[in-house]
Amino acid sequence: MSIWNTFLPALPEMALAVMSMALLMLGVFFRKRASDIVNTLALLALAVTAVLVLMTGQQGAIFAFGGTFVVDSLARVMKLLILFATALAIIMSVGFMKAERIERFEYPVLMLLSALGMMAMVSAHGLIALYLGLELQSLALYVLAAMNRESVRSSEAGLKYFVLGALASGLILYGASLVYGFAGTTGFSGIAQALKGGAHLGVITGIVFILAGLAFKISAVPFHMWTPDVYEGAPTPVTAFFAAAPKLAAMAVLMRILYEAFPDAAEAWRQVVAFMAVASALLGAFAGLVQRNIKRLLAYSSIGHMGIALVGLAAGGMEGLRATMLYLVIYLLLTVGAFAVVIAMRREERAVEEIEDFAGLASTNPGMAFTLAAMMFALMGIPPLAGFFAKYFAFVAALKANMVALAVIIVLASAVSAFYYLRVIKVMYMDEPKGAVAEMPFELKLVSALSVVFALGMVFWPQPVMQLAQAAIRSLL
Amino acid sequence: MGESMSIGLAHYLGVAAILFTIGVFGIFLNRKNVIVILMSVELMLLAVNINLVAFSAHLGDLMGQVFALLVLTVAAAEAAIGLAILVVYFRNRGSIAVDEIDSLKG
Repeated sequence: MSIWNTFLPALPEMALAVMSMALLMLGVFFRKRASDIVNTLALLALAVTAVLVLMTGQQGAIFAFGGTFVVDSLARVMKLLILFATALAIIMSVGFMKAERIERFEYPVLMLLSALGMMAMVSAHGLIALYLGLELQSLALYVLAAMNRESVRSSEAGLKYFVLGALASGLILYGASLVYGFAGTTGFSGIAQALKGGAHLGVITGIVFILAGLAFKISAVPFHMWTPDVYEGAPTPVTAFFAAAPKLAAMAVLMRILYEAFPDAAEAWRQVVAFMAVASALLGAFAGLVQRNIKRLLAYSSIGHMGIALVGLAAGGMEGLRATMLYLVIYLLLTVGAFAVVIAMRREERAVEEIEDFAGLASTNPGMAFTLAAMMFALMGIPPLAGFFAKYFAFVAALKANMVALAVIIVLASAVSAFYYLRVIKVMYMDEPKGAVAEMPFELKLVSALSVVFALGMVFWPQPVMQLAQAAIRSLL
Repeated sequence: MGESMSIGLAHYLGVAAILFTIGVFGIFLNRKNVIVILMSVELMLLAVNINLVAFSAHLGDLMGQVFALLVLTVAAAEAAIGLAILVVYFRNRGSIAVDEIDSLKG
């Protein structure tokens, strides 16, 4: 086998790594106005990487680096979604960063590096590759959270995210060391082979540690504490990025590790995942009720949604995994749309993010109010909108797997969380206006239009999203 | 010297588990200083390394030692980023006491 064949599957990652380092050099050489050039080229780099992902092998699973790196349908779909989410986040950042006077060329480069980490993570087929990808994305994200160096809140968000993220990495590593020791290998297929005859207690302990660490990354209860603080403190476009791409990647990793490395320990982890699903859905619904800051509200909303996405994972099988994948795709587009409006909320040159600041938005800026209302209705899961399908499939998957309690919890949590989504809509449409906010910049209009079209249009043309979800999980079954 | 006196895998795992627990407690119980948290994180990672190397020797498989080397490398990068964020925070706030990190609360 020639060396080319060994490296070919990882070509998109290698290209992205080289391009982001080249952009770093470019930024240093162009000092002045570097951020505009680097932003544009970063988008180009993401596009090139996406093309390479599409080109490297169309069918089946390809292994590289001695079986520690795999390119299969799950990896391909997740990589495209990650690149798409990163591109949206960079597009949404441009205007905000300029207005806050914190535009720096390092910012898009850090986004690219964390996207690179996520791509390595979803392709990992061994514990070592998984850890390295996870750390690369986390280290870049810590810095992104603290991007606004002059602000106490931003640097505090960075600090909190760092401390809890490092703890999560420690838990994953400790779990990985136990699994390695008791299964005798770090490769996922080797671990699955070793667990065939029943799992040793040491392996089960290791699985629990790994689950706890990954729960941090998808902000599932009981490891969700960092989410509201980091969402509130980080610059809003960074928060939008946090809510979208890393969640997707961590959920994909969770899917892969549970169904490819530990399928024979399913009784052990199924209860843990089901507990995290129930606790997250309920906490997201109830704690969101008392929030006054829209970013904190969206943080609790994301905790709740990750809980419902975990229901599919706990239910398992084709139905369950497809429900989780569908949920991730729909949640990605809806949350990005909601954040596009929050990023655009600027009054007298300052970003405003309290829910009261949205008062009367419908009469002063009807377009923004309509977008946010559509996103809120969709996240709530009102029937013809996209969010309904996400919840419906999770519900059906839970019923099919005979997990009636989980199905009931989904409905209950959705009903409770509807209260806070409706409150935002009520404030926008029924309260006295607080004065106009600045016109929405073009790029945010574009992103929110995309989300609105998706939220309203999915009912007429659901096949592409369904097929995407179906394609992604094919390699797990 | 009997068999019972020799240091085996279980002893290494025991030490690692104790170190890891001390690390986790260091993060949660410490109310004074963020630097102590960074040290606790480091302690956790070193506990993992003891585990990996002990398993590697026990299994006669080199992968664990490779993993340990990679963990050491990443731990260095992590410490660098943590300290950098801490410096930025100190410039804004003038303090790194843990119980004063409270400007974000809901």
